[in-house]
Amino acid sequence: MKQVLQVEDMSVTFELHQSEVHAVREMNFSLAQGETLAVVGESGSGKSQAFLAIMGLLAKNGRAEGRAMMGDINLIGMEPKQLDKHRGKDIAMIFQDPMTSLNPTLKIKTQLSEVLVKHRGFEQSQAVKSATEMLERVGIPEPAKRANAYPHELSGGMRQRVMIAMALLCQPKILIADEPTTALDVTVQAQMLDLFKTLTEDFGTALVLITHDLGVVAGVADRMMVMYGGRAVEKGTTDDLFYDPRHPYTLGLLHSTPHIAKRAERLDPIQGLPPSLEHLPKGCSFNPRCAFAFDRCLVERPPLAPTGNGREKACHYEGPMAYGKVA
Amino acid sequence: MVGYVTRRVLSAIPIALIAVTACFFILRLAPGGPFDGERALPPTTLANLRAHYNLDLPLIQQYFIYVGRLLQGDFGPSMVYNDFTVAEMLWIGLPFTLMLGFSAFIIGTIVGLVAGALSAVNQNKWPDYMLVFLVMIGLVVPNFLMAAIMQLVFGVYLDWFPAGGWQAGSIPHLVLPITVLVLPHAGRTARLMRGSMIEVLGTNYVRTAKSKGLGQRLILARHAIKPALLPVVSYLGPGLSYLLTGSLVVEQVFALPGIGKYFISAALNRDYGLVLGTTILYMFIILAVNLLVDILYAWLDPKVRYS
Amino acid sequence: MAGITGKDALLTEYANRLETLDAPKGRSLTQDAVRRLVRNKAAVLSVFVVSFIILFAFIGPYLLPWTYDKIDWSNIRKGPDFDAGHFVGTDQNGRDMLARIMQGTQMSLIVAGVATLVSVIIGVIYGAVAGYFGGKVDAVMMRFVDIMYALPYILFVIILVVIFGRNPVLLFVGIGCLEWLTMARIVRGQTLSIKEREFVEAAKAGGAKPWTIIIRHIVPNLTGPVVIYATLTVPEIILTESFLSYLGLGVQEPQTSLGTLISFGSPVAETLPWMLIGPAVVLVSLLLCLTYIGDGLRDALDPKDR
Repeated sequence: MKQVLQVEDMSVTFELHQSEVHAVREMNFSLAQGETLAVVGESGSGKSQAFLAIMGLLAKNGRAEGRAMMGDINLIGMEPKQLDKHRGKDIAMIFQDPMTSLNPTLKIKTQLSEVLVKHRGFEQSQAVKSATEMLERVGIPEPAKRANAYPHELSGGMRQRVMIAMALLCQPKILIADEPTTALDVTVQAQMLDLFKTLTEDFGTALVLITHDLGVVAGVADRMMVMYGGRAVEKGTTDDLFYDPRHPYTLGLLHSTPHIAKRAERLDPIQGLPPSLEHLPKGCSFNPRCAFAFDRCLVERPPLAPTGNGREKACHYEGPMAYGKVA
Repeated sequence: MVGYVTRRVLSAIPIALIAVTACFFILRLAPGGPFDGERALPPTTLANLRAHYNLDLPLIQQYFIYVGRLLQGDFGPSMVYNDFTVAEMLWIGLPFTLMLGFSAFIIGTIVGLVAGALSAVNQNKWPDYMLVFLVMIGLVVPNFLMAAIMQLVFGVYLDWFPAGGWQAGSIPHLVLPITVLVLPHAGRTARLMRGSMIEVLGTNYVRTAKSKGLGQRLILARHAIKPALLPVVSYLGPGLSYLLTGSLVVEQVFALPGIGKYFISAALNRDYGLVLGTTILYMFIILAVNLLVDILYAWLDPKVRYS
Repeated sequence: MAGITGKDALLTEYANRLETLDAPKGRSLTQDAVRRLVRNKAAVLSVFVVSFIILFAFIGPYLLPWTYDKIDWSNIRKGPDFDAGHFVGTDQNGRDMLARIMQGTQMSLIVAGVATLVSVIIGVIYGAVAGYFGGKVDAVMMRFVDIMYALPYILFVIILVVIFGRNPVLLFVGIGCLEWLTMARIVRGQTLSIKEREFVEAAKAGGAKPWTIIIRHIVPNLTGPVVIYATLTVPEIILTESFLSYLGLGVQEPQTSLGTLISFGSPVAETLPWMLIGPAVVLVSLLLCLTYIGDGLRDALDPKDR
């Protein structure tokens, strides 16, 4: 399989008034053409920041290091002008909140067509025509009429469809979707996930699905990367991680997800709070909340290491993990 | 959009009427009258004068006479400057005041918008610091003090511009007064523009625009300017009102032939006709500008247009 | 109604946010704001300067050999003279300038205090009533505020001066009567959110009358925003007063205010500069510091802005 994105040793740091916060550390992963990778973690785990860094969208006080190779170009540390040749064309992003991610003062068609004018050099009228077609493709009824509307005239689900249409206009190699369904109604969520699946398959686009909701991942993702405290703690195929989690945190996540945990008859949330990135615990970041932690976990941080079968995990504990012992 | 404009225009009419009514009664209910001079007038003269200006009629009747005339563009007679009607007095002073006020308004708004936007884009770099400093000066030095300082420094010591007075068509005579009026207006506009631009540049939709690879120029021109203008636009109405009142003082300091001088002496002499006329005219101008501002706002913000 | 310092424009957004119930809520808002304000060095310095000016105005006169209306016939139009006790000179009538500046500052501060109080009282009651009753009452009351906003403010003040004659106390009240609009909007917004809270519901269920609820339950919870907004009203009123005094409509001789002093000082600034410099410095530093405090408070309320 051809790799479309290869991230090596990436880290993201934010400078605060007196200190530095490492939001992402030592991140490594690759993304193959057309595959769907789910990035899972609680808020503050660094999952969004990692991909904002790749898109060059970090806040002013943020800094990214390492490499994110798309073909033979490194997206990290690229000049904004150079980066603009790829953003929106080869790599696109959809954000969490469709209500605020569209410009309220511009018509839908303006916001869509400008992408084609910029990256494909289309004429305005031609761009509007393609944009309208794309709106139809993402399941917007009466696309010609909607194209002339302003964002506030559309519902949340409709706006997210517009965002998807916008991101896919140039048929990018990579689509990053940051919590794309969190702000939507449950019924709309399922439709949206379907749409993602079909469209990315049609266009051969690789999808990165950033989410805290394992229910979203289940039917869509090929592979999963679980993040905790700014690092990846477990990687593998979705099936492997769902049926045979090897990291206590992954297990905890599974048991806190209602319709997955149903098999286990009761919901079993992870105790405690996600760590503050400024004061990560010594040793393994997860140790204060981990039911399997032992003395080694308090002093030595486990590295992310292969465990065979293409899986990786960052945990010292090797014994069996039974349900109910997570907390 | 047409419907919206019509609605706004229609809703401005009762406001104007209420305002006229309020002004009329407040002024008439005030103690004292225009003929309370130092030297008491003989009772018959006084009665004649009062009859001449309809002051002997019941207040309600006076009110309807006044409004009726007003609708025909007749502001009534001035009660102190006997030989003039109010309309004539206004015609003498107002064009100059409006010229002064609107020149300052246009210059100040443009300067403020550009400066504010530049300072937002260069946040926390030297153009930004300069601007913040200038804005502070514009904000805390009252215009009468600024006028005195300008007059002294540029009019007397440096002698670059005339320190006061007016010759028809002479631009140098206008430089100092307009500068005094522009400074605070530009300062406030810039401050608002800077704040809202910074806010807009941090919004999700600007992030979306960045993620589309549009490039800074296009993002600023198409995605940021319009929403950033919104709070500034809603300040323009009050801003103009403030400018026009500021010109009262500036005209006084620089001995300019605007309406300011007449208005203040008219207020002190209880020249009802002139005070009322000036206030009403100012009010109409300000209401008209507010109307334009509302329409501009609706053009900028589609949400307003349709609600 | 156009404010003089433009604070209305700055706060309108905050008022809007309160109206949409978007603002941070409750007591913690005030505590938070105070904490942030204390961290703002410019604002803290300004608080000290303002305190100093207040002491200067109210205690200062007792420390001087001259009073503000005492004429020193041997020192008319004189520059600073330490031997005669005229530390910043005398005016054309031989009155001590320092004493006059102190008296003028005092007058400006008193005007500001009284007028702010009046505007707070009107604004809080008006806003709380509009917000509490809501519906049509609210719509009509707020429409009235909108109309008032559109009117030329200073012309009204001038008319008020004409009505009240030159009585300073009435003048202060008059200015206060015109300054309550934004206060009313902010209070209304806050009231809208407070009235949904449990303790108001409880009082209602207990059969308390609307007035009792407004006075006992709503007004006490408005303290934070009201105090902050009142702080921003003070420089506005100082400016209005000095503006009126400058036009000769304000405080009357032999009493004086900063605006009056500047209006007498500026025509003779070339020959008797001390008559302008003193009052100008006090007025500008007072306004500068009050603006910094106001800005600091605003930022403290709305940290997102920076």
